[in-house]
Amino acid sequence: MSLRIVVCVKYVPDATGDRHFAEDLTVDRDDVDGLLSELDEYAVEQALQIKEAADDDAEITVLTVGPEDAKDALRKALSMGADKAVHVEDDDLHGTDVMGTSLVLAKAIEKTGYDLVIAGMASTDGTMGVLPAILAERLGVPQVTLLSEVSVEDGTVKGRRDGDSASEQLEASLPAVVSVTDQSGEARYPSFKGIMAAKKKPVESLDLDDLDIEAEEVGLEGAWTKVDSATERPARTAGTIVKDEGEGGKQLAEFLAGQKFI
Amino acid sequence: MAEVLVYVDHVDGAVRKPTLELLTLARRVGEPVAVALGAGAADTAATLAEHGAVKVLTADAPEFADYLVVPKVDALQAAYEAVSPAAVLVPSSAEGKEIAARLAVRIKSGIITDAVDLEAGDEGPVATQSVFAAAFTTKSRITRGTPVITVKPNSAPVEAAPAAGAVEALSVSFSEQATGTKVTSRTPRESTGRPELTEAAIVVSGGRGVNGAENFAVIEALADSLGAAVGASRAAVDAGWYPHSNQVGQTGKSVSPQLYIASGISGAIQHRAGMQTSKTIVAINKDAEAPIFDLVDYGVVGDLFEVVPQLTEEVKSRKG
Ligand SMILES: Cc1cc2nc3c(=O)[nH]c(=O)nc-3n(C[C@H](O)[C@H](O)[C@H](O)COP(=O)(O)OP(=O)(O)OC[C@H]3O[C@@H](n4cnc5c(N)ncnc54)[C@H](O)[C@@H]3O)c2cc1C
Ligand SMILES: Nc1ncnc2c1ncn2[C@@H]1O[C@H](COP(=O)(O)O)[C@@H](O)[C@H]1O
Repeated sequence: MSLRIVVCVKYVPDATGDRHFAEDLTVDRDDVDGLLSELDEYAVEQALQIKEAADDDAEITVLTVGPEDAKDALRKALSMGADKAVHVEDDDLHGTDVMGTSLVLAKAIEKTGYDLVIAGMASTDGTMGVLPAILAERLGVPQVTLLSEVSVEDGTVKGRRDGDSASEQLEASLPAVVSVTDQSGEARYPSFKGIMAAKKKPVESLDLDDLDIEAEEVGLEGAWTKVDSATERPARTAGTIVKDEGEGGKQLAEFLAGQKFI
Repeated sequence: MAEVLVYVDHVDGAVRKPTLELLTLARRVGEPVAVALGAGAADTAATLAEHGAVKVLTADAPEFADYLVVPKVDALQAAYEAVSPAAVLVPSSAEGKEIAARLAVRIKSGIITDAVDLEAGDEGPVATQSVFAAAFTTKSRITRGTPVITVKPNSAPVEAAPAAGAVEALSVSFSEQATGTKVTSRTPRESTGRPELTEAAIVVSGGRGVNGAENFAVIEALADSLGAAVGASRAAVDAGWYPHSNQVGQTGKSVSPQLYIASGISGAIQHRAGMQTSKTIVAINKDAEAPIFDLVDYGVVGDLFEVVPQLTEEVKSRKG
């Protein structure tokens, strides 16, 4: 029985670009280049390693919910070695919050069919880090999240979660939802062969109708949260910068004393 | 006045500081009712009462330690159903966010994560968040259901506000999902004796410039002279010089201390994401062009191996 893995990947504005908000207070996606979230590359990498460990008896589908350009993220994941892709795209999705996105992803995952869902630890734009837990709740399957190490054997997923106060070993039966951290291992670069092969891999497009989701359940109007204002943080007032000429440590101490830290 | 549920983060009954900060915020929107789970839950009551909890709902069962997250969601949901609160506040730890998010799905409510402030508003609590690596500040509300909000450490002062803090046992029936993910072993993190990174008033961090695990002693010495926590950049962590649990930044801890001292750290956007809201920022870097200097209140261009030990000595002698 082949293992069906679905990897959730997000297309995000480049964090090193000048990110800002559009007039409707959604993330402006026009002025900053988008890319496959770096943190989701780790999810693709772990899917590939799980497939390799299963002697290739696995099929990896990468799934994204996002605008037209989000195909770039799918293409990158396919060129890393994923087998096929699903792109959920619909004009009514603009402004969807985490509750709506998780609904769409859950329906698309069910439609695709899965034994294992793998997500990143957080998206690099929203940075909530809660979507994998919500997916597990919606799908009614175990949540095995924030893993720095993961393996799958005989229908069981195991992994290490490094929490705030302890490091835990976790175990659950499939089907399950996993998320992996950036400690799980460097993601591979797509090879030239991988890039060429990706061009021929299937990308299925789905819209809300295909998933039996009403427009009111998603989008800015369907969101359960509302951003009332977004203000640019005032630039920090220029500080004092001194060059160390043998007294730098002492000068710094003087500053800290002035601020009552010493 | 409406009641507000506050999820308690504690270690064997010792309440962690972010929960006390939550109580301060909770009092702005209603009467805090605390929910404490697991071993030592009832021992939290005295501290919680001192800081404004009118009631403390407690539950203990082996499930809380033996299985991941879901048993706690079941318990928080039981508390939610017992109290019908105006809002649910949870500390923004990795686990806290997951608990809050699953509860929000179950009770069909919106969720806001990583708030840095909270005020009462005409249409429910208004949460302030710091986004895009702290380049923007947003104010948001929840428009559907009972607001579920997670709040970052150091977002509010801890205030004494004595209240009854009556302990009540919470009865929890675990869902089918509760035992889905087994915790087969747990290795507690060894205590360093230093303050908790996210809770510390002062954080001293080292980056690639520290150049070796053994050299982190220089950073630790400064931290100890100031009673500070030690942080590290991802470059230093990836090199194996310092534990990942001390990483500051997007994929590490987010800190917001009174004073942040960065040594040998360039100030990449992902690092800034975790420290930019610090009150006072100081950097030591030998490259005058390092982007970290755009953030600082005081910067020293120089070799950290000269500047930091001199600073440490000076701090020690001033403190006597
Ligand atoms: C998805 C993603 C997530 C990330 N998450 C994080 C994160 O959570 N936290 C994080 O920190 N980074 C994170 N990064 C990495 C980040 O982009 C940077 O690579 C990292 O912060 C660099 O660390 P650094 O400043 O220590 O090293 P460098 O950028 O190499 O800077 C070292 C600095 O030390 C100075 N220096 C060298 N020697 C000395 C000396 N003797 N005295 C004084 N100064 C000296 C140099 O001038 C230089 O400015 C992430 C990256 C990605 C892609
Ligand atoms: N629009 C999306 N499409 C596909 N996957 C997503 C999307 N949004 C979030 N995810 C997945 O959920 C993880 C956590 O996201 P978040 O909770 O938004 O920080 C990401 O690392 C992705 O794996």
